[in-house]
Amino acid sequence: MNINVASSTRVKSAARAKLAIADCDLHPAPNGLKELHPYLDERWHRHLEMFGTLRRHGYQQGPAYPKGQPEAMRRDSWPPDGSRPGSRLGFMQWQHLDPNNVELGVLTPISPHPGGFQNAEMSAAFCRAVNDWQKAEWTQKDSRLRASITVPYEHGELAVGEIERRADDPEFVQVFLLSRTAAPIGQRRYWPMFEAAVRANRPVAIHAFGFGGFPITGGGWPSFYLEEMTGHAQCCQSQVTSLVLEGVFERFPTLRVVFIEGGFAWLPSLAWRLDRHWKKLKSETPHLERLPSEYIRDHIWVTTQPMEEPRSAGHLIDVCEWIGWDKILFATDYPHWDFDNPAQCLPPALTEEQRGRIFLENARSFYGMN
Amino acid sequence: MRPPASGAIDCDIHPSVPGLEVLLPYLTDHWRDYVAQTGLHELESVSYPLGAPITARQDWRPRRGKPASTLDQLRSDLLDRWNPKVAICNCLYGVQLLFSEDMAAGIARAINGWIAAEWLDREPRLRASIVVPMQNPELAVEEIEHWAADRRFVQVLLLVMGDLPLGRRYYWPIYAAAARHGLPVGIHAGSSYRHPVTPVGWPSFYTEDYVNQAQAFQTQLTSLIAEGVFNKFPDLRVVLIESGVTWLPAHLWRLSKFWRGLRMEVPWVDRPPDEIVRDQVRLTLQPVDGPPQREQFERLMDHMGSDRLLLFSTDYPHWQFDGDDALPDGLSADLARKILVDNPRETYLRLKETVQ
Repeated sequence: MNINVASSTRVKSAARAKLAIADCDLHPAPNGLKELHPYLDERWHRHLEMFGTLRRHGYQQGPAYPKGQPEAMRRDSWPPDGSRPGSRLGFMQWQHLDPNNVELGVLTPISPHPGGFQNAEMSAAFCRAVNDWQKAEWTQKDSRLRASITVPYEHGELAVGEIERRADDPEFVQVFLLSRTAAPIGQRRYWPMFEAAVRANRPVAIHAFGFGGFPITGGGWPSFYLEEMTGHAQCCQSQVTSLVLEGVFERFPTLRVVFIEGGFAWLPSLAWRLDRHWKKLKSETPHLERLPSEYIRDHIWVTTQPMEEPRSAGHLIDVCEWIGWDKILFATDYPHWDFDNPAQCLPPALTEEQRGRIFLENARSFYGMN
Repeated sequence: MRPPASGAIDCDIHPSVPGLEVLLPYLTDHWRDYVAQTGLHELESVSYPLGAPITARQDWRPRRGKPASTLDQLRSDLLDRWNPKVAICNCLYGVQLLFSEDMAAGIARAINGWIAAEWLDREPRLRASIVVPMQNPELAVEEIEHWAADRRFVQVLLLVMGDLPLGRRYYWPIYAAAARHGLPVGIHAGSSYRHPVTPVGWPSFYTEDYVNQAQAFQTQLTSLIAEGVFNKFPDLRVVLIESGVTWLPAHLWRLSKFWRGLRMEVPWVDRPPDEIVRDQVRLTLQPVDGPPQREQFERLMDHMGSDRLLLFSTDYPHWQFDGDDALPDGLSADLARKILVDNPRETYLRLKETVQ
């Protein structure tokens, strides 16, 4: 591993003056799927070699929407040994964890997130491997890091099995899936997963992206990555809507859900819209006892990156006020190209208390680390 | 807050087709025979189930028949009560859902003929949108050309969800024809249901379908901007109808941010999305989807970044407000006047010719 130890030490001491942060969207990636081999039965080595991974998506290699940067990564995030961004702990420590004073880093492995693999057994085996890999290569080597229980979310009983396998391991802090599911996430096929999460006392984290097989617009497939990226906010709105209307929070009153990388400024408007129309249409969903906005207020959290940028920063403060200062968790999305730099991205007008909550305190209490 | 006694321009009302049989006189012989031969009896979309509370306000439901299906109903429920200067008819009938382009064109022609004869000819306060077979832009353009000389048609009507995202070049002939004739393109809530209304599949509830319309408007606005429709047609005005309005600021913040990061992908988009919207996009007022508190609503109007964006609408007979509360609390008198009168007049150029 290639770490510039001298430089690392220097940057770290400079960082001490900064506020400590929790990074709730931190992307480690194996340097190629072969790096997962030690955690997989040999059967899957051969399967991968012969058939690749089948998803609800046409490309085996290469994206339908080429990203804004190679592999959607920061240009400076390739470790000196040429391995993949996010694949080397030493480099991540030197470039991000130390200088940005990350006190808590929640790993959100999405390259790959095998929960979207169509082959159910393969999905389960690879999720298990990604989880073993997070523990062996990351959380056991850096005490600031926590792992996510990557689950085969399209296959209820397999997802439950993986959650149960990690339930007693405090290094795994949340159940983790992608937002582009094959059906609206509130539907009953996903309830066993929610039930297991609640039983294991873990929140459920839904990260933008994935391949559910449907276009990101209700009117067909868009042309550009710009549209796909922007559209993840609409996808997350649909998922919040589904969770609320299906009565998931009535059924699981202690369930907590965090939406990662889907934006957050849309949440108040969605809550108002749901309230307004539900009041008129509520005979259709008699299983709901409270206003949609109340379920949202009690059960939904959001992460900051990519932070919306109004022309007036005061507008963003209004939105945070409406969401609740206790519901917003800080995230950088390191090492992706649209990384939010903690030194610059929060509106300057925030009070120290608001800043402290978003940067660290909300995540500590969300993940039970107070 | 109630609108002033007169002078408002109501940009979204929905006369409803009482049944396919009323269109028969306006169909060509071919389509009239076809309807008889196939036993086709109705084209009612799931977008507005007849019994659903939102489809018609309780006091606007007649004892017999469909709400808003006769001029007398419209007059007593709305026109004579508030005396708007003008009300724009957006007829929602399941034309856009048909898989046959030719049948869609045949029925769209009949709807426009029926609206002209049974509504516009009989009530001078009414204007209408041209219903087009959006399944086939060539036929849609024919429909626009057929009615363009009738200045009482003030807009072209599309649904927010069709086969393809609305910015795609496939649809550009429609935008070219609309711009050529000084007709805004009105995009109304609703779907041809070629794709699920959510990006994650078909929803369980009607409530979910309706709430998700706002997300569809967001993605379609993205498409129109990203594909360069507003750059290609600088005179085109697009009106988002029954879209909800409170989502707009947050959506534009996100879209503008990604546009800054990814504009190499769409080099023709030469100014920030919020500027494009300010110049070329308008939204009808109802449903306001507004926050519960007046102070929040005032903040939100500030977030909108312009007082020229909103156009008054009642969305009659859909149930969006009670009594006379067609305007939300928290509008200044100046902003209310703009929404009720000035903004619609600026948007619908044809109203300037006929409305003093």
